[in-house]
Amino acid sequence: MNQAAHVSILFYAQNALFSEFNAGVSNMPVILWTDVMIYVLLATVLTAALWIRKRPYLVLPWQRVAKDSVGMVSLLLLSLFVLVGLLDTMHYRAALPEKSNGQTVYSAEVLSVFDALATGIKSRTEKTYSAPLAAYLYAKESMETSEGKILRDYPRLRYGGAHLVDPQRELLGDVLKRTGIGALEGLLIGVLLIVVSNMLFHFFVRFRTVWSSTGREEISKDNRLPTFTRAVKNKPFKALLITALLIAMLLGITVNLAAVYHVLGTDKVGQDVLYLALKSIRTGLVIGTVTTLVMLPFALLLGIAAGYFRGWVDDVIQYIYTVLSSIPSVLLIAAAVLMMQVYIEMHPDWFETSAARADLRLLFLCLILGVTSWTGLCRLLRGETLKLRELEYIQAAQAFGVSSSRILTRHIVPNVMHIVLIAVVMDFSSLVLAEAVLSYVGVGVDPSTMSFGTLINSARLEMGREPMVWWTLAAAFGFMLVLVLAANLFADAVRDAFDPRLNRT
Amino acid sequence: MKSDPSFNQLRPLTSAPPEIGRGEFILNVERLVTRLNNGARIVDDISFSIKQGETFALLGESGCGKSMTALSLMRLLPDGIRVASGDIKLDEEDILALPEYAMRKVRGGQMAMIFQEPGLSLNPVMTVGDQIAEVLILHQQLRGKEVHPRCVELLEQVGISDASRRASEYPFQLSGGMKQRVMIAMAMAGHPKLLIADEPTTALDVTIQAQVLKLLRDTQQKTGMALLLITHDLGVVAQMAHQVGVMYAGQIIEQASREQLFARPAHPYTQKLFAALPDAERSGQPLAAIPGNVPPLGAPLAACRFAPRCDKAWALCHEQVPEWAQLENGHGVRCHLYTSQMGSEKLNLKASLSHAPPTPGGEGVGTEGRGTSLLQVENLQVHFPIRKGILQRTVGYVKAVDGVSINIPEGRTLALVGESGCGKTTVGKALLQLITPTAGSVRFAGHELIGINAGQLRKHRAGMQMIFQDPYASLNPKMRVAEILQEGMDALSIAKNSDERQRRIDELLEQVGLEKTSKWRYPHEFSGGQRQRIAIARVLAVNPNLLICDEPTSALDVSVQAQILNLLKSLQQQLGLSYLFISHNLAVVEYLAHEVYVMYLGRIVERGTVKEVLHAPKHPYTQALLSAVPRIDGQGMKTVRLPGEMPSPSHPPQGCHFHTRCAQVMAKCREVYPTETLVSTTHRVHCYLAAE
Repeated sequence: MNQAAHVSILFYAQNALFSEFNAGVSNMPVILWTDVMIYVLLATVLTAALWIRKRPYLVLPWQRVAKDSVGMVSLLLLSLFVLVGLLDTMHYRAALPEKSNGQTVYSAEVLSVFDALATGIKSRTEKTYSAPLAAYLYAKESMETSEGKILRDYPRLRYGGAHLVDPQRELLGDVLKRTGIGALEGLLIGVLLIVVSNMLFHFFVRFRTVWSSTGREEISKDNRLPTFTRAVKNKPFKALLITALLIAMLLGITVNLAAVYHVLGTDKVGQDVLYLALKSIRTGLVIGTVTTLVMLPFALLLGIAAGYFRGWVDDVIQYIYTVLSSIPSVLLIAAAVLMMQVYIEMHPDWFETSAARADLRLLFLCLILGVTSWTGLCRLLRGETLKLRELEYIQAAQAFGVSSSRILTRHIVPNVMHIVLIAVVMDFSSLVLAEAVLSYVGVGVDPSTMSFGTLINSARLEMGREPMVWWTLAAAFGFMLVLVLAANLFADAVRDAFDPRLNRT
Repeated sequence: MKSDPSFNQLRPLTSAPPEIGRGEFILNVERLVTRLNNGARIVDDISFSIKQGETFALLGESGCGKSMTALSLMRLLPDGIRVASGDIKLDEEDILALPEYAMRKVRGGQMAMIFQEPGLSLNPVMTVGDQIAEVLILHQQLRGKEVHPRCVELLEQVGISDASRRASEYPFQLSGGMKQRVMIAMAMAGHPKLLIADEPTTALDVTIQAQVLKLLRDTQQKTGMALLLITHDLGVVAQMAHQVGVMYAGQIIEQASREQLFARPAHPYTQKLFAALPDAERSGQPLAAIPGNVPPLGAPLAACRFAPRCDKAWALCHEQVPEWAQLENGHGVRCHLYTSQMGSEKLNLKASLSHAPPTPGGEGVGTEGRGTSLLQVENLQVHFPIRKGILQRTVGYVKAVDGVSINIPEGRTLALVGESGCGKTTVGKALLQLITPTAGSVRFAGHELIGINAGQLRKHRAGMQMIFQDPYASLNPKMRVAEILQEGMDALSIAKNSDERQRRIDELLEQVGLEKTSKWRYPHEFSGGQRQRIAIARVLAVNPNLLICDEPTSALDVSVQAQILNLLKSLQQQLGLSYLFISHNLAVVEYLAHEVYVMYLGRIVERGTVKEVLHAPKHPYTQALLSAVPRIDGQGMKTVRLPGEMPSPSHPPQGCHFHTRCAQVMAKCREVYPTETLVSTTHRVHCYLAAE
């Protein structure tokens, strides 16, 4: 259901964006390789959700997830991250106002919907470092005063706190005032949204009742429309509501402050760190999910084939993954990425924009991470299949002469899906961390791609500086912590829901 | 061997378990209630006492709360379950009032327990000696050099030969029977006053079971300890118990001395349990199966728990919980029949009606196989290579099946019996080509099945199908019943279109006694017996002629077993099916089968009709197997104790495979495998004794 919500939001955003430019000329949509992957993934998740909805035994564990407060709260956080990631996935090239020979000329820079929404913080770049919510630069400079004297002091920022007359006196009051207003606005919008969605939900339920005759009978029989007050009594929903309001307040505060300040400071070239951190989310998500997409077919097919067929098939697959997992993966990745880099640089004409080049490198990183990380899940699935193939229902199917491919798809795969699901969600967080480590080592994403790894990498020098620049690292740390923690807690909830030992009752 | 004609048949008690000086009550349990945290009563108001040197048997089907009673006594209940009220006094000491540290002295020191699965109750990374030493150091305060000799002594006491060497071995080097002996040695090491044995022989073969039961009896006689025996097997109760408590849904519903219980069971449930046991006397008629299943935990307690399954129940039974009624000397029962006016009237009525003599003998049993032969197996061999070294060279073969010939006529039941590991299941799977046979010929309805390719084999798949032992593992938990039943039809293209298939599924469900609506449900919503019905419906879907039943009832309770046996029998009559019935349960075989083949170490040692093999066995192994079966009349045949265990099929002994365990072994037995001797036209034996 979450995905569906996202899609509708995407449409809104896209419509809003294009209508804004409709006055002039239309922009050229750009679909990068990783965008394709993300759309494929999104489609897969949606089909899977629809497929699961029709099967009660598959819906059951998800209903258990929905009853877990921690799981639902982390899902809400995760979906916010996913929303930012998806907005950042819809790329386009802006049309330039001037035309050459009647042909529209597009800017060389590939932007995303997210960039358009965050134009404010994207464009307000300072000269260099500035602390969070500061009105002055972080380093002293020589300035000429109106009297013509040279003064060495902290200069005012170009944008941060520029509206203040005397920042030293007014800054604290202004920040507090904006925080308060922001929190209130956020709260109001949050409550409004909840009320509206509640009304929409009711409308939807009535609509369904009117249109389906059977549903009408059912509802008229017990007359129990799920009302809002009833839903609040349910514990996970309450937790979800509180979290949603808190997040709305936080967003309100951030939006209010970010209009005139750099909430998380600026980096060496004066870019807003909040913007960098938000842009990093997409990279993290791509690494976490596209890698899984690459790795899953290897792990699933090879794992169950090795376990089911035994014999030489098993031997070959075992040799492959033993060899692969005995090569240090960082070495393998470094070698592959460096080769790729050289190759890309030899063919600059292949890429229209620098974004396309950086994107290909990101995709390639996903591929190579996927190729090196399927061994663990494959081994797990092989073991489980070895156990399953001896079970009597498999033998009963063999006695009916059911073909091997049918046994694999009908009997083995559904019975190992819980392992796949848990492994995939667990792997997500470790892959996000792996990207950070690789970028820190220097074999990760393109330096122009913003990622948690590049943020951390730049923090290496900043931490050694006197006075220390701490906010880049803190921002990367905070965002990654929330993302990975939410993913892990959600994975825990999923695992518990699928664990038959915990669900005896 | 011409003593009694059948198993499991009630007759006056003659022999009894050893009578020894029985003294004071060692264990007193008063109104014990054990609950789940949500309030469901697992053990509900149980009272009993055990005297010194006495064996008290708790008898009941699975899920009745027998094991939970034992764990309550040891205070070892799992999380979420606790003793809610009641008194447990061991030798005047209040067990429930003891602090945990004192309880540790009691466990192992005063009260010891042995479990069902000997393979799981020993630590695999400690030597057997060390594990026994642990008990000695804790409870006997033995130190240093005293420990080892005592370990060896204990192992010798439980009949383990070469005890000093065995003490330094690990559990995986011991067989199942030996592990259970070690468990008993460990339990005895602390000189307990009470030994709790939770299904001590359920996981063992009959011959090993007989050894272990004898050991328990002997040990009890020597030490005078009290024994609380938990079992579902009436035969074991008959051999071991002095007092019996019958449990049903958390309550003791009947308590009596063994003699009283077996002579005159009072509660309708106990009566039904006896009636549900299969034997030859009833082979012509359906068994008295108890309909339905044991109620789940936490079922409403408003009435008699057995009322929904009881054919004597009337209105009162569904309204009121029956009181405990004392009959004569110590025989107690919880049933309205004995407490209310109405009940005693019903009781008198029943007495005049029952005791009609059972129609003797089953039709057809013992007659020669008629009709045409459906399955002919000649010299079937299944050898598994043993590979060693880096290059995986074959260094030998496990001869799981070594030259088996079987002939199954149409519409008949042939039983294959033997201890576990003798290769009976492998024969079944090799016939279906689930395991590729090494050599031999399998002709099914005139077509040779060995050596043909998968496509040709598929044509004959429908004719021969298998019913498996474990109904919990034989149905895919992710498929609905309709999909399970449809699988075979799809694979073998049985029905033309989906309408026809759905009709066939409805038909099949009705045939095996399930509701039509159950086809949209998942297997986990069914009980063990219902699952086995689904498994039977699944194979019937492809219209087979021959069903290979691999211990189809061994995972089921006695009352449910009777339902399934009745179903199999009626299906045979309706559809003219043939069965290859693989089993270790001789009573079931006697009830269902026409012919019996006895298998030992991959070979058939004796074959013939049921009457010939089970009532006049010629091979010493068959004789030993028969005498090892505990009988509910407590009367053994001439006891032929079988020492030791079956040798490994990778190194079968020279000559007759059985000579290592045979009491009547002769010199030539050790040299050449005996050839087949014809006792009668149908009865054949591989033994020199019969040849003489």
